[in-house]
Amino acid sequence: MLESFIDRLQGVATHSDLDDAILSLSREMNVEHVVYHSVSSKGEQYAVTTYKPVWVDQYLGNDYARIDPVVQACLRRFHPIDWKRLNWSGKSAQQFMHEAIDSGVGNQGFSVPIRGPSGQFALFTVSGNEKDDLWAKYTAEFSRPLILASHYINQKALEIELGSDQAEIARLSPRETDALTMLALGHSRAQAANSLSISEHTLRVYIESARFKLAAMNTTHAVARAINQGLLSI
Amino acid sequence: MLRYIYADDLKAMPRLRDTMFRDRAAQFHTRLGWEVEVDDKGSEHDDYDEINPMYIIWEQPDGCHGGSLRLLPTTGPTMLGDYFLNLTDGVHIQSPLIWECTRFCLAPGASANVSAALMLGVLEAGLAASLTHVAGVFDARMIRVYRRVGWGPTILGTDGDGRDAISAGLWPCEMEYRDRLLEKAGVTSEMSATWYDQSFGAPNQDVADVA
Repeated sequence: MLESFIDRLQGVATHSDLDDAILSLSREMNVEHVVYHSVSSKGEQYAVTTYKPVWVDQYLGNDYARIDPVVQACLRRFHPIDWKRLNWSGKSAQQFMHEAIDSGVGNQGFSVPIRGPSGQFALFTVSGNEKDDLWAKYTAEFSRPLILASHYINQKALEIELGSDQAEIARLSPRETDALTMLALGHSRAQAANSLSISEHTLRVYIESARFKLAAMNTTHAVARAINQGLLSI
Repeated sequence: MLRYIYADDLKAMPRLRDTMFRDRAAQFHTRLGWEVEVDDKGSEHDDYDEINPMYIIWEQPDGCHGGSLRLLPTTGPTMLGDYFLNLTDGVHIQSPLIWECTRFCLAPGASANVSAALMLGVLEAGLAASLTHVAGVFDARMIRVYRRVGWGPTILGTDGDGRDAISAGLWPCEMEYRDRLLEKAGVTSEMSATWYDQSFGAPNQDVADVA
C-alpha cells in the first residue's frame, strides 16, 4: 500500500513536486479528497488540497480555521480523529458544515494531527461522501498507511522548507540495522529475533522504528530503502 | 470512571488534576525515592507534562484521582528517547504507531481493579489510534502488576536493583487482550466504550444528517 507514492515522495524537491505527489494520493487511496495543511512555528501556512478552489477561498476569506471543529480538535491533539466523533452541534459549526458539504467536501473525514519540531503543526485529512459503515471499514483498513503517509509528507515538507539539499540520511541505531540485516539475509522474524537474542515483539518494535526513520511503508520496503542508502552491510 | 484527557483540558477538573499530581508525588518521590521535582504544593510535574500529553485517569466517585498514566507520541520527546536508551539497546523508538506510557500511578488504597482499568484504557486508546505497540518506562516491580492484569509487557531492558530498578517494556496493541482486561477491571465492554466516547465524542453523529 502506498509504496509507489512514498517512492515518488522521495524524489520530491520542490513545493510544486510535493503538491503533485499529494494530489495523486486521492487516486491511490481511492478517496475523494486529500488535504495537507501545515502551520510553521512562525505561523506561516502551507496547504495542498483537492477541494474546489471556490471552497478554499471561502474558507480562507472567512478564516474558518477558527471555527472548523476538525482544526480545533486536532490543533493540540495527537490521536487521529474521525470527524463523526467531533461536536458539530454549535451554531457556527452547523453553518460551517452546511457550507462545507454544499461545496463537496463530503460527509465523512479522517484527520491525522502531526506535531512537528519546535511548534510546527500539520494536519493530513482524507474526506468524501460515504455511508457510515463503508467509511468505518475504509478507515479501519487504511488508517495505518494513512498515518505513516501523513508523517512522511510532513517530513518532506519540512525538508523543503529548511532547504536542506543534502538528502537526510536516516540514522539507525546498530540494533535497528542488525534487525533489518537479518531480514535482508532472508531470516524469518523468529530466526532474526533468536539470532539477536531478543523477543519477537522487541524485534517488531525495532523494525517499526526503523521503518519510520527510513520513511518506508512496510518491512520489505524498509529493507530495500536501507540497502539503497548503504546502511546494511550484506 | 475512566477519563481520557489531554493536559490542556485538565483545568476544567481542578480536583482531579490536583489529586493526580499530589498522588504522583507520593508515589514517585516519597515511596519510590525517584529524583523527581515536587513543588511547594506537594505536586510532582516534569517537562513531559508541559507538552500536552494525554492522561488516562481513574476518577473516584468523589472526583478524586484513583490512578493514572500518561501517553505521548514517540515522534516527539519521550523519556525513553531522552533518558533511557540504555534500556532499549540504544534504539531510539520512534513511530507514529507507537506511543510512550509513563508515570503509571495509583492513589493510596486504590482498589485492585484500578490497575486493570488503566491498562484497559491504554489498550482502548491504542486500538482507536491504530497503534502497533505502546512502549513504557516503569518501576521494575510494576512488571508483576501488569502481568496480573492480563497484559504483561515484553521487557526490553532493566537497570538497577531492588527499589531502584527501572525497566522499559512493550505492550502489543491487539484486540485479543481486551476481554481479559475488561474482566480484571470488572467493566463491561459497553461501559469501556462509553467512557472513551465521553472523552472523545461518540461516533454516532452523521455529519450530514446533523444538518
